[in-house]
Amino acid sequence: MPDTATIAEPTTLSYAMAVNAALRRALAERGDTILFGEDVALPGGVHGVTRRLRTEFGERVFDTPISESAILGGAIGAALMGRRPIVEIMWADFTFVAFDQLINQAANVRYVSQGRLHAPLTVRTQQGATPGSCAQHSQSVEALFAHIPGLRVCLPATPQDAYDLTLAAIGCDDPVIVIESRALYHSMKGPVTFGTEWPTIGGARTARPGTDITVVTWGATLHTALAAAEALHEEGLEAEVVDLRWLNPLDDRTVLESVARTGRLAVVHDANLTGGFGAEITSRVAENGIPLLAPPVRVGTNDLRIPAAPSLQGAAIPNAATVAERLMKACTAGSLS
Amino acid sequence: MHESDLNQYLNELTSMWRIRHFEEHVAQLRADNLIAGSVHLCNGQEAIYVGTCAALDLRRDAVFPTYRGHGWAIACGTPLDALFAELLGRAGGVNGGRGGSAYLSAPDHGLYGENSIVGAGAPIAAGAALAATFDGSGRITVAAFGEGAMNQGSVHEALNFAAVYQLPVLFIVENNRYSELTPIASMVRSDRLYSRASGYGMRGVRIDGNDIDTVRETAIQAAAHTRSGGGPVLIEAMTQRLVGHYFGDAQLYRPDGEVEQAREDEPIARLTRLLAARGVAQAELDAIRDAAHQEVAEAAKRALAAPLADPSTIEEHMYA
Repeated sequence: MPDTATIAEPTTLSYAMAVNAALRRALAERGDTILFGEDVALPGGVHGVTRRLRTEFGERVFDTPISESAILGGAIGAALMGRRPIVEIMWADFTFVAFDQLINQAANVRYVSQGRLHAPLTVRTQQGATPGSCAQHSQSVEALFAHIPGLRVCLPATPQDAYDLTLAAIGCDDPVIVIESRALYHSMKGPVTFGTEWPTIGGARTARPGTDITVVTWGATLHTALAAAEALHEEGLEAEVVDLRWLNPLDDRTVLESVARTGRLAVVHDANLTGGFGAEITSRVAENGIPLLAPPVRVGTNDLRIPAAPSLQGAAIPNAATVAERLMKACTAGSLS
Repeated sequence: MHESDLNQYLNELTSMWRIRHFEEHVAQLRADNLIAGSVHLCNGQEAIYVGTCAALDLRRDAVFPTYRGHGWAIACGTPLDALFAELLGRAGGVNGGRGGSAYLSAPDHGLYGENSIVGAGAPIAAGAALAATFDGSGRITVAAFGEGAMNQGSVHEALNFAAVYQLPVLFIVENNRYSELTPIASMVRSDRLYSRASGYGMRGVRIDGNDIDTVRETAIQAAAHTRSGGGPVLIEAMTQRLVGHYFGDAQLYRPDGEVEQAREDEPIARLTRLLAARGVAQAELDAIRDAAHQEVAEAAKRALAAPLADPSTIEEHMYA
């Protein structure tokens, strides 16, 4: 960890190493944390996110059997007894093997016990399609978690957020699902300010200010949306891009305030459309009676399975060009008024 | 018989009667529609709860039973009023009516929660034991489930997880022969479930779960073994339900005469016979039964008179 003299100076880190820095700080500063999962300790994680933590923190960091129910159930049990477990589920697709422990168990603990019990666990996982990733290692599943009351859900999109949101999740007394982006782990580097405060959960971020349309997105799709916004800029249109960061708690005020200014709404996500979280955002804007100059736009993957071949994936999942095209249409529709 | 042994037996008899009468009251309250929803009664399995809890220190140990958990709750010392109130949907229930019969908890008494998902409590109990390896509490945990749960993946994962790290867990299989409505013997090729323990590298034993002495002494030994770092233990306690899987179960799947036979062999009858054979007067045994009945009946009456859970509170305790 940097000393306090340098703490305000940003350090350039990859997304993966930003998560690593957050985990290191949590393990160093909070004696109640333990970290476990498949291949996270001695191997340092299949994506290298937990490298060196075993060496530094010994048996508080350990490898587990390939047993997602035991990992998640074990984390719940340890959390009930006052530990603050941080566990890794290697792929978001693997959470389905043990959905019971998240949905029937972790999410219920506080409510059903009237707050006598709580389960402050952090589940780190990662999602998204990358070239060649098969249909069982490619899904974007955030809406499934966001649908469950009792679970907090976040998707960091930058190294700074990878650091801040991870710490906020660990500090939170509710079960939190942190959905990282495998595509960003090593491809994205950026400045990270460590700060002295412990971050807290919640809050969207306006990633790009604009006046013509509000684009709501989260996770790695942020970068698709920002690239599309850049393309619009070339055409003289300014998209405001809101990175939700947290689906629960949901900062819908930032969204509503933005849409009220721009009069147009697009939601953009890698997840498929039906029941996607974009539908929730669109509903909230409609429900709040925000007047729109054009019908809202939802951009996501069509309701498909995810194919492995890069050319097929490319056709299935939104990219900057397809997003820009949809945004452009939305910006020109109804513009006579 | 030493006086201390006699007192222990009499206390155990009281505890088992308390559970039995509680379940009988619950059946009546359910029949009268004063309790809503499914109830899963444990009549006939009381020795497992009372015997095991004798081996626990419930100020630090933690029990994770199933939806057939009223007996565990009572054996842990959960107040009867608050248990009845929970089943009756009253504000004063152990969980204010949020848990109900099948998913209640009373952590102040070491009861960290029933579970209505078969087998799901086993990994959680392993995790609670994992915490003990870091917090120096000396805690052990009990994962209790029926024999049917032995066919759940989560139980397999929990057994291996606990064995790998030598966690202080007692896995107690309450083998009442029926996995819900289906005989376990028809759903496993080998019905010697305790023998699976060796495959995980842990101790396993099958015991007579209707014999209070056997359950207590096995639990004491197993608890000492696991508390001292010897690793988890799997105890298959053979028993029988005197009632259906759930209230209203017609039990058409049970052969004629089976329940009648089970009544001869159930733990209260057996302990009562043992005490009578050792010279305890029938009047004293009857008095124990009647006192437990009165205690339970009064608790039920108080719970029925208590206010219902307040709908204006439903938003509370969702998040930290």
